[in-house]
Amino acid sequence: MNRAPAIEVAGLDVAFGRGRRAFRAVRDASFSVTAGSSFGLVGESGSGKTTVLRALAGLLPPAARLRGELRLHGGLLRPARSRALRRRLQLVFQDPYGSLHPRHTVDRILSEPARVHGFDSIDRRTVAALADVGLDPSFRFRFPHQLSGGQRQRIAIARALIIEPAVVLLDEPTSALDVSVQAEILNLLQRLRREYALTFVLVSHDLAVVSHMCEALAVMRAGEVVETVSVDALRADTLQHRYSRQLLQAAQGYRSTAAGMPPAER
Amino acid sequence: MMRRDPLLIVDGLRVTFDTPRGPVVAVRDVNFVLGREKLGIVGESGSGKSQTGRALLGLLARNGRVAARRLSFDGVDLLRAGEAERRALRGGRIAMILQDPKYSLNPVMTVGEQIVEAFRVHANVSRREARLRALAMLEAVHIREPGYVFDAWPHELSGGMGQRVMIAMMMVPEPDLLIADEPTSALDVTVRLQVLALLDDMLARRGAALIFISHDLNLVGSFCDRVLVMYAGRVVETLRANELRSARHPYTRGLLACQPRVDGDGSDLPTLDRDPAWLR
Repeated sequence: MNRAPAIEVAGLDVAFGRGRRAFRAVRDASFSVTAGSSFGLVGESGSGKTTVLRALAGLLPPAARLRGELRLHGGLLRPARSRALRRRLQLVFQDPYGSLHPRHTVDRILSEPARVHGFDSIDRRTVAALADVGLDPSFRFRFPHQLSGGQRQRIAIARALIIEPAVVLLDEPTSALDVSVQAEILNLLQRLRREYALTFVLVSHDLAVVSHMCEALAVMRAGEVVETVSVDALRADTLQHRYSRQLLQAAQGYRSTAAGMPPAER
Repeated sequence: MMRRDPLLIVDGLRVTFDTPRGPVVAVRDVNFVLGREKLGIVGESGSGKSQTGRALLGLLARNGRVAARRLSFDGVDLLRAGEAERRALRGGRIAMILQDPKYSLNPVMTVGEQIVEAFRVHANVSRREARLRALAMLEAVHIREPGYVFDAWPHELSGGMGQRVMIAMMMVPEPDLLIADEPTSALDVTVRLQVLALLDDMLARRGAALIFISHDLNLVGSFCDRVLVMYAGRVVETLRANELRSARHPYTRGLLACQPRVDGDGSDLPTLDRDPAWLR
């Protein structure tokens, strides 16, 4: 690799609770993400992928105990962060119905972060941010309930980008959307990444989405990274770990050869 | 085993909801004939696929109205059947599995009690007999410790386990038709395949038919025998599942094309242009 990493995660451990009831959500996770690339975190529910993303975003609950090192462009990321540092890492959530304030207009949703981070010419920025996500200026005076799911996710993306971050953390950004809308949002994200030289960390349970969006990925299971591979290895079907192969197979639909005796659940 | 007569005939089904702003037609002129097969109904949100399933069971919201030229299940005219007759069919000969077991199991009854209740409503058996058969049913859906799950509360079960319990409960009265609305969408991908394999196995063993409602064209295509593609309340195309790749309707082709693929090249995905002509 000749380019510097934008994100480095080394020996990350996240635990909730204490003593005998402690739960280790992430165990010794390590990976790095080249600047300008897109990195996928893949796994099923409870695998710890979202916890890793929240640790990067500095959004873990205060009771969580965190060990290991997180770095953004070489600088250490601690749980307590300056406003300037927060600006450089932005998050887009899964549920576009839950992540926008229902009583704020689109104009306020977009202009508030810009104002908080001390940007000027807010009006011009708001219109430009809408144009970036393919919406015309008339959307400024609408409320979230007047938008479709896809339009809401465009607003959530515009809100993340209006303050010019270096890294965007995407938590299942299209899993609540219809496939035809998903295609539009994925195309939009790829175009914005190229235009603004962004680095993406994308959490998803969908290997096809990760394969489409990313250059490399880590497969997580029960808090551990079981395998880190290039997307070429995924496409060429040369995954090493048994669990990664299982996920890949599951992504390719149902085969009746597997029918009859499913493995019993523990 | 195989009967010649179709199990279900749907002719000109129309579902209308009365709203303060006037009637909204959710399903219009849907026709299909179902044998002992696995039929998929696929569409995006708002296509009318779920309301089609609910109309068959008479489970529409209160402001919903069903009209059809013909709606018959194994010789019973569903349009003229009284509430008592429909109730006897519902849960007995026609069962339904919903998306999320968290919401469709009764949270204040143990799993065992719920299955026993299903037995006692649909078969005239003693409590003891019902308990034994419930345990056997849990075993049939590959739950390793049926005794433990029998006494468990719904909130103590994982998603996959909960959906196995739902399948067990729905199979209790040995229905002829199972309507499953997004039965695996809330499950992790590897668990999803196990639950589908189980469903497949149960259907085959009892010779029951399935209507599988889903937004996932690939999943339905790989699981069912035949697929209806719905758009804006209409069936735009009916296909054999193995002929999905040679779909002709631009909507079906668009849906197939706009999905990212593991072995794709990462270039921009084709997006769907909705043609007003599809609304006829």
